[in-house]
Amino acid sequence: MNGSSAHKRQVYMDHAATTPTHPDVLAAMLPYFTQEFGNPSSLYSIGREVRRAVEGARMQVAAALGAAPGEIFFCAGGTEADNWALKGAVSAQRGRGSHIITTAIEHHAVLHTCEYLEKQGFRVTYLPVDRYGLVDPDAVADAICDDTILISVMMANNVVGTIEPVEAIGEIAHRHGILFHTDAVQAIGHVPIDVEKMHIDLLSLSAHKFYGPKGIGALFVRDGVAIERFIHGGAQEKGQRAGTEYTPGIIGLGAAIERACRDIEGHAARLRRLRDRLIDGVLRTVPHSTLNGHPALRLPGNASMSFAGIDGEALLLMLDAEGIYGSTGSACSSASGEPSYVLTAMGVPPRRAGASLRLTLGELNTDEDVDYVLDVLPGIVERLRAMSPRPA
Amino acid sequence: MYNETVMDHFTNPRNVGVIEDADVVAETSSPGCGDITKIYLKIRDNRIADVKFQTLGCAAAIASSSMATELVKGKTLEEAWKLTRKDVADALGGLPEPKLHCSVLAEDAIRRAINQYRIDRGLAPW
Repeated sequence: MNGSSAHKRQVYMDHAATTPTHPDVLAAMLPYFTQEFGNPSSLYSIGREVRRAVEGARMQVAAALGAAPGEIFFCAGGTEADNWALKGAVSAQRGRGSHIITTAIEHHAVLHTCEYLEKQGFRVTYLPVDRYGLVDPDAVADAICDDTILISVMMANNVVGTIEPVEAIGEIAHRHGILFHTDAVQAIGHVPIDVEKMHIDLLSLSAHKFYGPKGIGALFVRDGVAIERFIHGGAQEKGQRAGTEYTPGIIGLGAAIERACRDIEGHAARLRRLRDRLIDGVLRTVPHSTLNGHPALRLPGNASMSFAGIDGEALLLMLDAEGIYGSTGSACSSASGEPSYVLTAMGVPPRRAGASLRLTLGELNTDEDVDYVLDVLPGIVERLRAMSPRPA
Repeated sequence: MYNETVMDHFTNPRNVGVIEDADVVAETSSPGCGDITKIYLKIRDNRIADVKFQTLGCAAAIASSSMATELVKGKTLEEAWKLTRKDVADALGGLPEPKLHCSVLAEDAIRRAINQYRIDRGLAPW
């Protein structure tokens, strides 16, 4: 992102929070707001044409996952897909058991749904992670009980970017005849996905994380896997998720996922190079700075770092004043006042968790952006440490 | 999220730093989020002649420390003792509800410093 010298430079490094809709994606969507406005359930031609486009988008999503189009169900986004996957799967499996296995570092869309299910009488095991944020597949195997009906482990963590061993975990789940769900919201376009090879039964995704629009996502449901319908009503999405389709969003999701998965390796290599320059530069120039997450098994755009002796929210606001947009697992940034549960689960001491900064790079970023952050960040950390009774 | 007064006291904090020959130094920390505030007082004729702070914390914690030190500077110890978190939050034009607890630190550190000063002089703490 360029700012001219007359204006403050703006550097958006929060691509894990959301991304701008790519102009090509928007162009694909626009006709479906106006001239292609028909209801895909209508029998006449203008409805049928939109139906064809919706089914084309379904094929694009399926192709990106190695799935069949009939296994893709459109919904409102990642949170809805997670809610549907968990509630829908355990409701349909209730007769078989009542135990769920997940991890301590899942997104709230999974964790809070699990807490809700606990109140409904299900038992949930929240597996710990190691200091890199990795889930141990052996720990998954050990946690399996006779009545385990679902295992849910995210493909990549949203805070620290750690890529989880989902293939190994999926293999264990299937060996035991247990359904396996993965929240792949952060992984699409960054990690090659093959639902067959990875033994995935249910997978959640959200378009706005990969240059598609907000408000649209999908749930992959393996053929033959029974889950309870999520929204009752008409016959849309095979009656599983009723309601007139958000057709422009669906077209946008299809266009965005095809674009994002066209050259995953090339895209990842470009991001990795920028990110490693950023991480190496920060760790070299800022004393008492550390990398959070795994050094190698991490999303190509994720730079999550901690700075001793300062607070994450203060750091974030100072960066904001310089036109740098990132996020934090700050002790004080959330209403609860608690440190990031992900960093805490990784054993990062609370005070260091408070000074964590997550910069997530994406298509908007250039070498000049990295230079600018490396120029500005060390001085801000120094300024905050000068105010601190525990400078490091 | 924060109003202009809070942002001003965060980005240009008043009285930040150390008093090398302080008459009393006190520190307090929040058990919840781990924020720490340290207060340095220079006291002349029962009045706070100078005050400095250091804070490890969020923008609300830093701005509250800045405003609290402004409010007690030049005050008698009795007057300074009466400073409440509400006075600090009000002087800042309000803090977001989840951040109200951050204004406790400065009040607490100032009171600790005053009591320490009294104890050091053989007086009963307030």
